[in-house]
Amino acid sequence: MNEIWVFAEQREGALQSVSCELLSEGRELAAKSGYELCALLLSENGAALAPELFAHGARKVYAMDAPQFAYYQNDFWSAAVRQAVEARRPEILLFGATSIGRSLAPTVAAALHTGLTADCTQLDFDPERKLLLQTRPAFGGNIMATITCEGTRPQMATVRGNVFKKVREDGAAGEVVPLAADLSQVPCRMRRLAAVKEGGEDVDLAGAKTIVSGGRGLGAPEKFSLVRELAAELGGAVGASRAVVDAGWISALHQVGQTGKTVCPKLYVALGISGAIQHLAGMQSSDFIVAVNKDPAAPIFEVADVGIVGDVDAVVPELVKMLRARRA
Amino acid sequence: MKIVVCIKQVPDSDKVTIDRATNRLNRAGVPAVMNPFDENALEVALRLRDAVPGSTVTVVSMGPPQAEAVVREAIARGATDGVLVSGREFGGADTWATGYTLALAIRKLGPADLVLFGKQATDGDTAQVGPGIAHHLGLPVLTYAKAVEALPGGKALKVVRATEDGHEEWEVDLPCALTVVKEAGELRIGSLKSKMAAKKAQIPVWGVAELGPDPELIGLKGSPTRVTKVFAPPVKTNRVRLEGTPAEQAEKLVGILAERHLV
Repeated sequence: MNEIWVFAEQREGALQSVSCELLSEGRELAAKSGYELCALLLSENGAALAPELFAHGARKVYAMDAPQFAYYQNDFWSAAVRQAVEARRPEILLFGATSIGRSLAPTVAAALHTGLTADCTQLDFDPERKLLLQTRPAFGGNIMATITCEGTRPQMATVRGNVFKKVREDGAAGEVVPLAADLSQVPCRMRRLAAVKEGGEDVDLAGAKTIVSGGRGLGAPEKFSLVRELAAELGGAVGASRAVVDAGWISALHQVGQTGKTVCPKLYVALGISGAIQHLAGMQSSDFIVAVNKDPAAPIFEVADVGIVGDVDAVVPELVKMLRARRA
Repeated sequence: MKIVVCIKQVPDSDKVTIDRATNRLNRAGVPAVMNPFDENALEVALRLRDAVPGSTVTVVSMGPPQAEAVVREAIARGATDGVLVSGREFGGADTWATGYTLALAIRKLGPADLVLFGKQATDGDTAQVGPGIAHHLGLPVLTYAKAVEALPGGKALKVVRATEDGHEEWEVDLPCALTVVKEAGELRIGSLKSKMAAKKAQIPVWGVAELGPDPELIGLKGSPTRVTKVFAPPVKTNRVRLEGTPAEQAEKLVGILAERHLV
């Protein structure tokens, strides 16, 4: 039976949310194609994570266990994925568009000589031509392009997080299929010395369901506290426009936009951001966008679901007050 | 150290505007510039060259004849020399075919110790060509490098790699490939001497005759992917503006967010 594979990304043993989202969406693709939905899991102990993959729709988990899979090492991981694909020949292979997926997938695609589409936000299956329809924003999200890979297999794509909903089914069962990875010929050319988490929860823009971002319209660096306060109240991450990063108000880790991070949270709140195309390119695929800006003609309002023409100084404290009252 | 930097000419995203009637970019008259992340990669190369005596920095670009401008620009900023890969046969290349073609050009330059890329180009945003070329050249690749330092002995680099929630520190053997993020450093202006050198520089243009590619692996023919449909993103039809005092606006917003289970 033909198979759809989702690369089950784990970091230090923790399964990444985007992998579960992809499996959930993979159920639809499996239904349309008649292919079997499977996960490919590289870890130290695949049996431990397999039940969670079954719960999100995998019927089979191909488990490759090795000490080299404790954390992401491109040489070992790409060799293993390539071996797995060559052994089982899946039709489709999907990765989360994470810092790992966006590095591993192009290495694997180059090695397998097959097509790869980056950062998809929609997936569909054409049953007549047996093709995966991979849709991604192009030119900063102003155009959507649907890409296919006709002559080579597997059809590969990286897919953004937070695009598909996780659907969990407790107790769903499946089969763990161990696959051996032969890493004896893979040279060890890089060594990880340290892995450091920075700046707490509020910088994880890629994984955040809610992001509150600030721009130059805040008026002064100390006004960034309004952004942090609202982000904390909404349980979200803190973003920023390029202008304020360049001005040194906040670290570049927080920058959203074409030269920063591309995000698509459920809720994006833009405070004092005018909406230069380079910023819009990084956030306009967000599910629901709220903008607060003094200038009624600011381009940010063209992509905002809800626009508030007003002073961030005046509106945000009211918002925080109301959200607190609501929780109490 | 022999360093190669891949650079791409892209439309200046600061100057691009959108035609809201058609949802297309107004490209006419938009200046073409060096991809911003490639500027950071070039700066990393120049810093390493300054730190390691006897180093050279060669830039390689693939594109139409006018992409020569970014090669010249890179020399003006301090690169030693540069090459343009150009030819009709390369047109329509996707990331696979682009990676294959550029890898041939880098090979032709002779063994490099380090190949650098910006993390992605701002026109395509794929981030796929760098790791692809690294594979074709048989080099290990670290992506999202934000600090790079040559280790004593000249055999390895120390690289700080940005991740979603922090960073990792790696030691990587030379030769290797890196893709570089903005934090790695802003590109220098360039000296009067390098600006003069750029004016005089002869920039070789390498086509099919010079690179000798497998004709099945370049351009549209060598590209596994096809763009089958292009369409405007769904227009938001029920955009609303909230009126009233700040307190009223805030109250309405909280109501809308609550309705959509966003708070």
